[in-house]
Amino acid sequence: MAELFELGAADLAAKIRRGETSAREVTDSFLGRIAAVEPQVSAFITVTPELARAQADAVDTKIAAGEAVGPLAGVPVALKDNLCTIGVETTCASQILRGFVPPYNATVVEKLAAAGAIALGKVNMDEFAMGSSTENSGLFPTRNPWNTARVPGGSSGGSAAAVAAAEAPLALGSDTGGSIRQPASFCGLVGVKPTYGRVSRYGLVAFASSLDQIGPLARTVEDAALLLTAISGYDERDSTSVPRPVPDYTAALTEGVAGLRIGIPAQYFAEGISDTVRTAVLKAVEVLRGLGATVEETSLPFTDYALAAYYIVAPAEASSNLARYDGVRYGRRTEKATNHVDLFEKTREEGFGAEVKQRILIGTYALSHGYYDAFYLKAQKVRTLIQRDFATAWEKFDLLVTPTAPTTAFAIGEKSDDPLAMKLSDICTIPANMAGIPALSQCCGFDDAGLPIGLQLMGPAFSEELLLRTAYAYQQATDWHLRRPTL
Amino acid sequence: MALSPEDVKKVGNLARLALTDEEADRLTHQLNDLLAQFAQLQELDTEGVPAMSHAVPVAAQLREDVVRPSLPREQVLAMGSNVDEWLGGFIVPQVLGE
Repeated sequence: MAELFELGAADLAAKIRRGETSAREVTDSFLGRIAAVEPQVSAFITVTPELARAQADAVDTKIAAGEAVGPLAGVPVALKDNLCTIGVETTCASQILRGFVPPYNATVVEKLAAAGAIALGKVNMDEFAMGSSTENSGLFPTRNPWNTARVPGGSSGGSAAAVAAAEAPLALGSDTGGSIRQPASFCGLVGVKPTYGRVSRYGLVAFASSLDQIGPLARTVEDAALLLTAISGYDERDSTSVPRPVPDYTAALTEGVAGLRIGIPAQYFAEGISDTVRTAVLKAVEVLRGLGATVEETSLPFTDYALAAYYIVAPAEASSNLARYDGVRYGRRTEKATNHVDLFEKTREEGFGAEVKQRILIGTYALSHGYYDAFYLKAQKVRTLIQRDFATAWEKFDLLVTPTAPTTAFAIGEKSDDPLAMKLSDICTIPANMAGIPALSQCCGFDDAGLPIGLQLMGPAFSEELLLRTAYAYQQATDWHLRRPTL
Repeated sequence: MALSPEDVKKVGNLARLALTDEEADRLTHQLNDLLAQFAQLQELDTEGVPAMSHAVPVAAQLREDVVRPSLPREQVLAMGSNVDEWLGGFIVPQVLGE
């Protein structure tokens, strides 16, 4: 019989509800798995076994008493370490936040608790979510469970590695330029970046506020849909969250793709995309065509400008958001300060890693007097052009299919000295953040080295149901999602 | 308009980020690479294109003006690393009469 940790979230929830196992047994199974494989994977910054067992026991008590429990009752979840958790250190994988224990929970953390989910702990990431490999973690790198010499992707690399290694059936990540989808692609998972405003950002430590969204990572489409349903919805504490009803995202999965109009934008298959990835994604498109979708090539001409515009907008917002780390109100402080300016400068010098410093500087420069119009304002206008590109596409297509990342998982250390090459890793995922639209990554094959390949689905704002339904149709027609790494 | 290490240190000062000479040199190269990329945007005619700050229309969300409890002082102080619990505040270096 399969171990409990090998099961997905929907199966676990059903077993617990039927009384075939308990939340406590499930939690202990995952804690045991974490203890067994964590030395190879290094996904977790903080494991919270006491908290997890207490939450599990509370679920079991409710079930024993015949009380109603939430849809995720007893299902463990790993949380990216930029989500605030009461009483549990929240580091953003940065030395500057070492010792920061939030006095409140992120809204998504509260929603998960209300749904009965079990928080297993906090997982690794690129420092302040800046990066594409989790090598920029200020604490330690995380390894890809499919091949531990490879990166898991980033910035939600800990989230992706934990789920791929069956240390958790579900994880939450955050996505500013691809940080859920690219690691999902590298680790063979389903990852969803919801529409901007779909999920409350309250309690998510801000990187680039106009681009950040929290979303699910899971091994199957149905599990991702389950988690997305639990975390979505309006929140008065996030003024950018959108007051719009939340459907049960698991309800419409089986409706199929017959008659759907799929666009294949040429720019996403151009030079720089590896042949292996291009071939696998185009094969997946043929599967969707076989299931009744119509497929046509198209063009989104402003795609080529998205990366440059993103690397102005995101750092500009980051330089402002990260101004709050002054050594006074949060986390660590330098011991070398003799005056208050010194206190700020030295705390930040000691606490921030190289990538974060680079982005703060580029953002500060782009916003500074004399350069604002040429850089920041220009980038915001280009953002409008990118959004218009998509708006034109939706006149002809229901959704777009592209690769998620130009390559499969690269080796640890391969790109860490070349920031520009690293940034190209996000070239296919950035446009969805710039336009605020939802996008999903799922596994569509493996390369010769046995590493997963990801395809990306993009749709109009609030088309999450359509994306999940399409992904589910593809998943049911293929068996990539059934493969597991050996650890 | 390539940046010099002195320019980079000046920007660092604006961002309250002290940089060693070595860091300033490395960052100068990286920033100049990125700026070369950004130059691509100047090709685009954006005359009359509105700037986009958010993907969805964001309106000020007003709530009822009801008094609600704030976080307890000890919880807020627990986030910092240098506090005086008796005084009930964060300790900082002297800022007046230096």
